Amino acid sequence: MSFISINNVWKSYGDNQVLERLNLNVEQGEFVSMVGASGCGKSTFLNLLLGREQVSKGSISLDGELLKSEPDAERGIVFQKYSVFPHLTALQNVMIADEFSQAKLVGWTFGRRKKAIKQKALEFIEAVGLTPAINQYPHQLSGGMQQRLAIAQALMKSPKVLLLDEPFGALDPGIRSDMHTLIRDIWQKNKLTIFMVTHDIKEGFELGSRLWVFDKLRDDPHAPQAYGAQVTFDIPLRSHAQKQQAQQLIKQVGTQSS
Amino acid sequence: MKKLMNIKPSKALAIFLSILPFVLIFFVYWGASSERLAENPNDKLLPSFEQIYKAIDRLALTENKRTGEYLFWQDTSASLYRISVGISLSAVTGLTIGLLTGLIPLARSGLSPLITFISLVPPMAILPILFISFGLGELAKIMLIFIGTAPVMIRDMQSRVLQLPAEQLIKAQTLGASSWLVAIRVVLPQILPRLLASMRLSLGAAWLFLIAAEAIAAQEGLGYRIFLVRRYLSMDVIFPYVIWITLLAFLMDYLLRKTSERAFPWYHSIESGK
Repeated sequence: MSFISINNVWKSYGDNQVLERLNLNVEQGEFVSMVGASGCGKSTFLNLLLGREQVSKGSISLDGELLKSEPDAERGIVFQKYSVFPHLTALQNVMIADEFSQAKLVGWTFGRRKKAIKQKALEFIEAVGLTPAINQYPHQLSGGMQQRLAIAQALMKSPKVLLLDEPFGALDPGIRSDMHTLIRDIWQKNKLTIFMVTHDIKEGFELGSRLWVFDKLRDDPHAPQAYGAQVTFDIPLRSHAQKQQAQQLIKQVGTQSS
Repeated sequence: MKKLMNIKPSKALAIFLSILPFVLIFFVYWGASSERLAENPNDKLLPSFEQIYKAIDRLALTENKRTGEYLFWQDTSASLYRISVGISLSAVTGLTIGLLTGLIPLARSGLSPLITFISLVPPMAILPILFISFGLGELAKIMLIFIGTAPVMIRDMQSRVLQLPAEQLIKAQTLGASSWLVAIRVVLPQILPRLLASMRLSLGAAWLFLIAAEAIAAQEGLGYRIFLVRRYLSMDVIFPYVIWITLLAFLMDYLLRKTSERAFPWYHSIESGK
């Protein structure tokens, strides 16, 4: 039994078939990058994993159990934006994660418990390099710093799966490569299982231990919504040789189709 | 020469320009008043500043010989009590119901159509019902302010909750929050500054309903006094009362704004950055 197994998953909105016949298995500690054209269903797939959308047919199981049908603490998420709370400082934004679980009624902790949470939050803030900004509000932080904060928040719950929805899409190239280093570090240190949606195929190659390409295998030009996308390439990227091989493959496909 | 739309006044000029209209009105009134009084010393329409001062002195600075009270301050406190209780009730109701219907789809389905319906009932049209059911005392006046302003606030708060990015609410859930915790730690603090803004906007309507209710049935109050002395054409009382009401409205607005800026600095720096 794999850590995450996706059994014959279909997803449609009315007549619009978005995903079809997905049969995939993911082991703990894998970093799956998902690429594909806009509207190919990779974000929909992420939302299925998140619990924000439900499968139309088939099933997804996590750690041997069916995936819960609403977002919960098992799956962390970092969106492209709006991931952090604008009314809380950076430190409060990270602390709130544990205050949710430890103060179920009042939502705030005090005294010794608060101190312990603060200590833990400060560690994660340091891990993402935000220590100098703990007392600033998100609007005072740059885009890259806000994403670092969102990552620190998600790490507080030690989620079984971390989902990244184009997390670096809105960042400058220089900052983006810093973030790549950061997320790779965090992935290896915390032995996380990560799914990342990205538009940037280079980013997908660089970061993942496995790359999924979403595309439609069947296409009816008269009814473009009749068939959904599948994972057309499932490329392992664990070693350097594999990466090069994969890049070659992409080049070949590129020349064939053009 | 720059284009007109690009010429910005210096600070001194800006202050001068903003005071100018007030000064002009003052002198126009003075001129018109003295002219009418020169023709007919008993004219009541445009009283002189001296007459106005005497009226203020009589109502605000001299105690009533029979009751030992100061009418002006009695009116002020009665009106302020009604409007502040009314608008506070509206705010509390708007916040709780708006948060509920904004965050919980079940509550929204159940309550939203009703709230929309109620908000379209003209409050003045049901004033007789209020007087009949709540009597002529304080309650009916407070209820009028409440009914006039609460539905708008509920709808405003609901739409503010719905405007929060879905990402935030999902993020909170992935951090382990229940519906209740999302409500009190994520949604509530973010709509509180908007509630204060909503209260500021509702103040105009609240004063309207207050004065209307006082004009119809009351024993004291700023609106009551104005409508009472109207029978004697006492413009010397009406003018200062109207200016006083305007000042009070301004002051309440100012206090709400300052409170909001003090309590929610993050909100105001995001808003001013937009």
